[in-house]
Amino acid sequence: MQARSPQNRVVVTGMGVVSPNAVGLPDFEQALRQGKSGISFIPKLEELKFGCQIGGVPPLDDATKEKYFSPLELRYLKATGIIYGIVAGVAAWEDAGLPVPQEKEAEPDWEGGCIFGAGFSGAEAVRDATYLVDNKNVRRLGSTTVPQVMYSGISAYLGGRLGLGNQVTTNAAACSTGTESILMAAERIRMGYAQRMLCGGCDSGGPYVWSGFDAMRVTKRRSNDDPTAASRPLSASAAGFVPGSGAGALVLESLASAEARGARIYAEILGGAINSGGQQQGGTMTAPNRKGIVRCIQQALNNAGVQAKEIDAISGHLTSTMFDPHEVEQWSLALDRNGKDFPYISSLKSLIGHCLSAAGAIESVAVILELYRGFLHPSINCEDLHPEVTSIIDSDCIPQKTLIKEDLKVIAKSSFGFGDVNSCVLFGKY
Amino acid sequence: MERKEIIEKLKKIIEPYVQDQEAFANINENTDMLNDLKVNSANLVDIIIDAEIEFDIEIDDDSAEKMVTVKDAVQIIEQLTAK
Repeated sequence: MQARSPQNRVVVTGMGVVSPNAVGLPDFEQALRQGKSGISFIPKLEELKFGCQIGGVPPLDDATKEKYFSPLELRYLKATGIIYGIVAGVAAWEDAGLPVPQEKEAEPDWEGGCIFGAGFSGAEAVRDATYLVDNKNVRRLGSTTVPQVMYSGISAYLGGRLGLGNQVTTNAAACSTGTESILMAAERIRMGYAQRMLCGGCDSGGPYVWSGFDAMRVTKRRSNDDPTAASRPLSASAAGFVPGSGAGALVLESLASAEARGARIYAEILGGAINSGGQQQGGTMTAPNRKGIVRCIQQALNNAGVQAKEIDAISGHLTSTMFDPHEVEQWSLALDRNGKDFPYISSLKSLIGHCLSAAGAIESVAVILELYRGFLHPSINCEDLHPEVTSIIDSDCIPQKTLIKEDLKVIAKSSFGFGDVNSCVLFGKY
Repeated sequence: MERKEIIEKLKKIIEPYVQDQEAFANINENTDMLNDLKVNSANLVDIIIDAEIEFDIEIDDDSAEKMVTVKDAVQIIEQLTAK
């Protein structure tokens, strides 16, 4: 990404969130401050004989759905990832005070675009369509299958809702997707190709998305009777991630555009980096090349023009697996900080599980709220910190209770994904 | 099935796809679904599927292509339900 300069500053002016522990910014902030878990037992997974029968599903009620969708849309929309993404995305646009077209003859916003991440956001629609096709009932698919199962379904729906006339596309980089979308959108604004970009990520939940992970035995088993204690990032007892779902959305805007229309500014995108470990030197489809992560963090600092010592807190990828201590080690190497000198570090996944392609986006919304409001949410379920973690950093670096911190200036957010892909973004107080 | 009953059921099926409510309020046998009601052409297949389910019939491609006005649709449904 082009380095940050006084001429190309990018700020966050709107946000929306559909998270397993809350829907909408006010409830989400409260859930963060309370350390509220969004993980619950899911009977359907038990019925289907999953090893992991718990997960994070957003509490999206009918009233909220009716606010964002017509009765016809509610009838045919099966893809929950797309539903979550539309709610979060439109809410973010409205939160930014940007106009949502009310009639079809309105001029498109030629300077407004969308790069929105997706994972398996059309899972339920794919399932329904597969059954119809296999039963020789192709014609019953109707006109609404393609937009729900095509990869760019989410950006296509959002672009139409908001009348966006700039680039409208979908990105995918496994669990790095949400964070990647923010960086790709920021880059487009820095390059001068757009003034406003809606970005974020969404993913469906449930058996058809989570089954592959269950088969790999990378999700948490043997915690089905204690859902809220199952996701345990940084703990000695971390034994697999808890799957989640939802969506997070951000409106990024050039500082010039935000100032010209007197928009509220939540935070600044100081910079970031995206790379891959090439699946070399220990990196594989599922495990990171550690060098790649260190390099990604250092490139993010360079891009932002931020010194390692200026980082106040880190929102880690930290999925609640054996890789958590490695990630702490890589942050320590990249920043050349350890012990009591290390920044605060936490994992939102302790509260909401791993929301896959939505993870980086929901976690970024949390980081920005923390910067804007001056607090750090607790990273729960790590009373038994992993000894490898405490051999690198002081235990006080991990907030186990909500901290009021008015002086936060820079928070880093990292995401890593299958395919050995990495992303790191630095958010700054504006 | 009475023609009147078919029209009432058809109106319920079409309603969610209509983009010109004024034309829908004045709907009659000669109303053209695409041009008058401004139904998105992609949604015609959805209307056909909904009609198939509602009337328990199967509308083949040739018949589907002929469903331009309300009258066309009613005639096709009448024929199929009479069988």
